[in-house]
Amino acid sequence: MELSIIGKDRALEIQLKGELDHHGAKGLLTQMDLAIERYVPRILTMDFGGVTFMDSSGIAVVLRGWQRMRELGGEMRLTHVAPQPRKVFETAGVGRMMTINAGEETEYAAH
Amino acid sequence: MQRIENYVTMDFLSRSNNEGFMRVAAAGFAAQLDPTLDELGDIKTAVSEAVTNAIVHAYPDSIGRIQVKMKLLESNTLEIVVRDWGRGIANIEQARQPLFTTGGEERSGMGFTIMESFMDVLRIKSTPNKGTTVVMRKRISQRTKR
Ligand SMILES: Nc1ncnc2c1ncn2[C@@H]1O[C@H](COP(=O)(O)OP(=O)(O)OP(=O)(O)O)[C@@H](O)[C@H]1O
Ligand SMILES: [Mg+2]
Repeated sequence: MELSIIGKDRALEIQLKGELDHHGAKGLLTQMDLAIERYVPRILTMDFGGVTFMDSSGIAVVLRGWQRMRELGGEMRLTHVAPQPRKVFETAGVGRMMTINAGEETEYAAH
Repeated sequence: MQRIENYVTMDFLSRSNNEGFMRVAAAGFAAQLDPTLDELGDIKTAVSEAVTNAIVHAYPDSIGRIQVKMKLLESNTLEIVVRDWGRGIANIEQARQPLFTTGGEERSGMGFTIMESFMDVLRIKSTPNKGTTVVMRKRISQRTKR
């Protein structure tokens, strides 16, 4: 799984590409922790536009980000989430914890 | 006992790069039932959870054998059996609880909950130090054939 990290004005965006399973998620937690430490963001956006499959391995990644952002008093959101990963998130109750956008919203992707 | 119309068995090592392969294989086998995209997503997700559990929990410090059997049963029903000969589960009821995990920070304890809600049937048989068998079934909706 490929990862792009874009930090700007204390907004951190992590773009994921590929299959977010146990195999693909290896090393992701560490990379995300390092990016959060480096940018100390007020808002963390995880862009799922390139994620073609996700299982419970993705829940652990997102909940870790949520935990870190809560410690920093910041926010977290998920964008461009396709129906398959969305259903996994909803089953785990992640929708009650943060905003999950399906696709149209481009406020962060725009610049 | 339902009649078996078709089956495929796969035997493989508990290497994590087999996770994606097993999802594709399950989707390929399920294709003969003409599932919707949503149903296909549910099947791939459930298979991914069961196979990942065998890789991560059954053989935490070794590489072991996993078997996946996919069956087509009567009345458009898909059965998937994931079997390992690993560590086993001492308390199955506890393991099925949402958020219960022995897996550390990379796991969320949602695998069995996902299998249960994405499939129609989830049965777990396990003996400590002997292994675990997970049986899942899903009935695929009959669409009007074009
Ligand atoms: N094949 C198996 N062999 C041994 N133990 C297992 C097996 N499958 C599951 N378990 C046990 O059951 C627990 C719950 O499994 P479940 O899939 O629900 O959550 P998880 O794997 O811990 O986390 P997640 O699936 O969300 O990544 C596991 O933590 C593990 O202790
Ligand atoms: Mg699991």
